Amino acid sequence: MADPILSIRDVSVTFDVRPKGAWPWTPSLKLHAVSKLSVDLMPGETLGLVGESGSGKSTLARAVIGTIPHSGGQIIYEGRDLAQMTPQETRRHRRDVQMVFQDPLAALNPRMTVGDIIAEPLITHEPDTPRKEVKARVAAIMDKVGLLPNLINRYPHEFSGGQCQRIGIARALILKPKLLVCDEPVSALDVSVQAQVVNLLKDLQAEMGLSMIFIAHDLSVVKHISDRIMVMYLGCPMEVGPARAVTAMPRHPYTQALISSVPIPDPVLEAARERPVLEGDLPSPLSPPSGCVFRTRCPKAQPSCARARPAMEAAEPDRLVACPFQEAEKVLAEA
Amino acid sequence: MALLDVSDLTVTFQTNDGPVNAVNGLDFSVAEKESLAIVGESGSGKSQTAFAIMGLLARNGGATGRVSFDGTDLLSLSRRQLNKVRSNQIGMIFQDPMTSLNPYIRVSDQMAEVLQLHKGLSKKDAITQAVQMLDAVRIPDARARISMYPHEFSGGMRQRIMIAMALLCRPRLLIADEPTTALDVTVQAQIMKLLAEIREEFNTAVVLITHDLGIVADFCDRTLVLYGGQIMEEGPTGSIFADPSHPYTTGLLKAVPRLDRDTDSLQTIAGEPPDMSNLPRGCPFSPRCEIAREYCSTRKLSIEPLGDDRTRACHASPAEMKQELQNG
Repeated sequence: MADPILSIRDVSVTFDVRPKGAWPWTPSLKLHAVSKLSVDLMPGETLGLVGESGSGKSTLARAVIGTIPHSGGQIIYEGRDLAQMTPQETRRHRRDVQMVFQDPLAALNPRMTVGDIIAEPLITHEPDTPRKEVKARVAAIMDKVGLLPNLINRYPHEFSGGQCQRIGIARALILKPKLLVCDEPVSALDVSVQAQVVNLLKDLQAEMGLSMIFIAHDLSVVKHISDRIMVMYLGCPMEVGPARAVTAMPRHPYTQALISSVPIPDPVLEAARERPVLEGDLPSPLSPPSGCVFRTRCPKAQPSCARARPAMEAAEPDRLVACPFQEAEKVLAEA
Repeated sequence: MALLDVSDLTVTFQTNDGPVNAVNGLDFSVAEKESLAIVGESGSGKSQTAFAIMGLLARNGGATGRVSFDGTDLLSLSRRQLNKVRSNQIGMIFQDPMTSLNPYIRVSDQMAEVLQLHKGLSKKDAITQAVQMLDAVRIPDARARISMYPHEFSGGMRQRIMIAMALLCRPRLLIADEPTTALDVTVQAQIMKLLAEIREEFNTAVVLITHDLGIVADFCDRTLVLYGGQIMEEGPTGSIFADPSHPYTTGLLKAVPRLDRDTDSLQTIAGEPPDMSNLPRGCPFSPRCEIAREYCSTRKLSIEPLGDDRTRACHASPAEMKQELQNG
C-alpha cells in the first residue's frame, strides 16, 4: 500500500482564552479545539469531516494547512513533520496544500480583478513565470472550472455566489496542488448551484488526482463526495470509516443521532421514519465532560463513560469507533 | 374560508436601475391549521412574499394585490391597524435569531413588551406568561434564564426564544422564514420537532419558507414552488414529491444529494439563479430549462389546474414534460 500523503497523529490544537473580567495576572484557560486526533489521508482520497459547529472541523483543517500551530502530536505531510520543516519544505507544503473557503465572496479581494486573484498564488510561488504564460495558465484554469475566459477583467462583485466559488477553486488549483482542503465550500450556495460545484470538485479531483479534505455540516453532501468520513464531536473523533458504510450502518451513538437528524426529501419515507431527536446543546469546549465527551447527550451513556475517554477501536476493517457500547444500527430505510 | 388568501400579490422595489419586481402576481391560500411550504432558491421572492404579508417591506418596496387574512385586506390597513394584527393574529420567526433579538434588552423585557402592548397585561403578569411560554418551547430553567441577555443563549436556544415570542399572543398563523438555516442539523431536528408539537397544541397554521426539501417533506401539508417571483407549481407535498409536474421541481429534487441513496453524479440545473431586474417576459425558468421551447421565454405563463388540488405553470403539458425530460 502507498504511503499516506497526510498523516495526522495524536494532534491537539488548544487556544488560550481569557475568562470575562479576569485579572491580567490570572492564567488563561485552555480551550481544546481538537484533542488527540489521528487519521491518515491516502493520495487521491477524499476524507469528509462532519460534526456540529464547534466540533473542531475547521480548526483541524487550518492546522493541516499550517495557519494554526498545533500544540501536540504530529502533522506529517509527505513524510515530513510540519513543525520541523525547513523553510524550503514549508514553501513546498504551502504550494501543495491549498484551501477553498466557505463564503465565496468574502474570500475574494473586492479590489482585485478575477485574473489577478487567480494569478496571485502563481506569481507568489513562481515569480519567474513570464507574463504571457501566467495569462495562459489563468485562462486554462478558468476554462477548467467553467468560467468564460473573457470574464478575466471583471471584479468579484459582478459574479453570483456559484461563480465566485468557481473563482476560489480556480485560485486554489492554479498551482496544481496535491491536497485540497475545502471548508464548507457549498454551504452558502443554492441547491441547484451546489450540485454544479460538487460535481465540478469531484471531476477535478479525478482528473488531477487530488487528495481532498472536505468539510461540511450537510451529511448528504459529505457522503456524496467522500471516500471516507470522520465524525467529530467537541474536538474528538467519534467514528471513521468508508462513507457509504458509515452512513448506511453507523456504529457510534453520535453518528446515529446525526444521521437520524437529517431530513430526507421524501414525504413517504419521512412519515414512516422514526426520528429520535438528540436533546441539548454542545457542552462548552472550555470544560468538556470527563471521559467520553459525548456522554452528556448520549442515549447509551453508562456511569463508566465518565471515567476514561474511549479509544478508537477497530469495529470492522477500515472502521474505527470510539465507543465501548457501539453496535451497527441501520438508521435509514433503503430507498 | 381560507385563513390567509393571497391573490395577485406583486412586490416591486424602486432601485437606481428602475423598478424591479421581486414577486410577480402570486396567488395562494392557507387554510386554518394547515402548513404550507414556500420553496425556492435565493431571489425567488419567498422572503419578500412573507415581508409583504407582514407589511415589513423595505422603504423602497411596495406591494399590490390582495392579502386577505380572515376577511380583512392587510395591504390596505394603516400601520396602527396592522400592528393589531401582527403578533396578535400573525406571528413571525426570522432566519437569524441573533439579529432579530435586541442585544441590549433582557429577554424578559423583550417578551413582556409583546403582551403589555397587545394584551394590556401588567409587567408582572406578562413575565409570568412569558416564562410559561419559554417552558412550552422547552427552555430548561426558564424562570431563572428569562432575565438573561440574548447573547447568553446558544443559537438553538435563541431560536426557541423567537418561537416563544411569536407564540405569546397565540397567533392563528405563524410565518417562519428559514427558521433553521443558521442551525446545526441536530438542533434543526429539535426545532422542527418543537414546531410540529406547537402546531398540534395551539392549532396554528404555519407558512414555512425554506430551501431545504428535506424539511418540507417532513413538516408541510402543502408545497408551493417559487422561481423568479412566480409560482411554478403548488399542491399537496406528497403528490408533488412523488410526481413533480414542473421541470424546475424535477431538477431541484434530483440536484439534492440524498443520504439514503448512492449516486455517482448529481444532476444539476444548468446556469445561475435568475437576475430579477432582467427576467424573460415568459417563463422565468426558461433560460435554465432543459425542455424550453423557443416561445417559452416570450409567451406569458399562466397557472393551470392539475387534477383536483394542484396547480402548475409550464408551457409543456405534464405528459410532454415527462417524455422530453426522459429523452433529454
